[in-house]
Amino acid sequence: MIEARIRKSFRPGRGGFALEVDFQAPAGISVLLGASGAGKTVILDAIAGFLRPDEGRIMLDDRILFDAGAGVNLPPRARQCGYVFPGYALFPHMTVRQSLAFAVRRRPRLERHRRVNETLERFGLTECAARCPPELAGSERLRAAVARVLIGSPRALLLDEPARGLEAGLRAELYALLRQLRAELQIPVLLATERLEECFELGDAMLVLRAGRILQAGAPRSLAERPASLEAARLLGIFNVLPAEILELDPQRNSSRLRLGEHTLIGPYFPGKLRGDRVWLCVRPDQLQAWPGTTRPGPNQIPAQLLRAVELPHSVRLEFSGELAVELSRAEYERQKHNREWLVEFPPHALKVL
Amino acid sequence: MALDWFPLWLSLRVAALATALSLPAGLALAWLMAQRATRDRGPAGVMAALPLALPPTVLGYYALALLAGQGWLRFTWPAAVAAAMVQAIPLLAISARAALEGLDRNYERAARSLGASGWRVFWRVSLPLARGPLAAAAALAFARSLGDFGVTLMVAGFVPGRGEMLDAALRQAAESGAGAPARVVAVLVSVAVIVVLALAGRLIPRQVQG
Repeated sequence: MIEARIRKSFRPGRGGFALEVDFQAPAGISVLLGASGAGKTVILDAIAGFLRPDEGRIMLDDRILFDAGAGVNLPPRARQCGYVFPGYALFPHMTVRQSLAFAVRRRPRLERHRRVNETLERFGLTECAARCPPELAGSERLRAAVARVLIGSPRALLLDEPARGLEAGLRAELYALLRQLRAELQIPVLLATERLEECFELGDAMLVLRAGRILQAGAPRSLAERPASLEAARLLGIFNVLPAEILELDPQRNSSRLRLGEHTLIGPYFPGKLRGDRVWLCVRPDQLQAWPGTTRPGPNQIPAQLLRAVELPHSVRLEFSGELAVELSRAEYERQKHNREWLVEFPPHALKVL
Repeated sequence: MALDWFPLWLSLRVAALATALSLPAGLALAWLMAQRATRDRGPAGVMAALPLALPPTVLGYYALALLAGQGWLRFTWPAAVAAAMVQAIPLLAISARAALEGLDRNYERAARSLGASGWRVFWRVSLPLARGPLAAAAALAFARSLGDFGVTLMVAGFVPGRGEMLDAALRQAAESGAGAPARVVAVLVSVAVIVVLALAGRLIPRQVQG
């Protein structure tokens, strides 16, 4: 378990950057999600010991890695954190075997030899053990990078954008490797990424970061169901976020009425909200339905004009006037694609407000 | 007039020795400066660049003053080595710093997170990765030592047959109207320096990319 409370300012007061986070990462994969500049790498560097926080405390299991109050700051080599850098930083002048041996050189000679051979075998690197990184295939480089950090049995694994620049096939291999490691290792793994799909693909937990702050933390599925704030919803980029007003609330019948522009929608009861509250209506494009036509809108339907259709790998995203997006299956879209006027339906159970 | 090979031999020996002795100090300085990853190098940076910027005779004067107590050392070839080192060390340190700073920092960081000490990171990772530019820096330091005139003249002086270095011999030959030996010496030195610089140029692009 990593427990980190980190405060770090860069160039304070001159439009600089300030990081202030407090989180726990248990065994399993925790994904740090954020755009470039959100503070993901700063967090990883602080845990690995490459960057000294101004204040705070970092624990890994029962060891204090950093404590500003007590003046503890272990050097990176004593922290037992495996760090996979962007682009892997495999030593270009060492063969795969030498790189692995470098990581376990403090062990007795026989044990070192045995561990290197076992690790080469485990990661399918025996064939290319005598080659240097420039001569390795992409998949071998990937496995060599992971093997190099794991051979020393680290207590935590830090991965900084490991999938950046990888083609789809390699990315799938990386994900499979990480899933396998999660099952085998039982150590905390922190993975920094800009890609939401990695959170769902790999994450047991995710931390949504923006400008040095954690906007929300939790299981990826629960975040997708319930973004905690407008910022988190916008950052995740998987929601329609629309301004609305609460007209009625009925806790007994678990229902509500909302005004969205000039239309009225029926939704569930929203605890903690009051009649007349101006809220942000939050709904995922795949939860909306859409039909072509200009007939009179039914309950919870609003008319909208199709602006463009964007092809996604498994569906089509329809973008309508009023910043509304709906995802349809390709077959469904193909049948009706020549229409400009549509009706978009908001299923009541899909509506969330912030 | 028979060509006297002694000054050429002495100069090569002094330059080689000065370069070899300057390497550890120059690399250590470079490493220390590269660790301070700030733009402001502070007093250390200015001090390191000073011997390159000062006129050689001024440097030679300081060196003479320093050697004042060690009269036995004056006008000997070890004094010439020391004089060459005064310029070779900063030249090496500055070029080597650029070479070390040009390395992808993640290699060093990866090594540190794998449990390597600072010394081991330098020896096993930084040094091998920067070997091309570092060798080029050493070649430049060698060329500079070979061509140095001012400091050497002040410190090692001009004692025919003993402390007579190449440049001093060349000047003397030119002044005394011995045209042929002067030409031979000038051409030989030019060829030696061109070879060293060409080697240095070949070494630089060998910097390994990740």
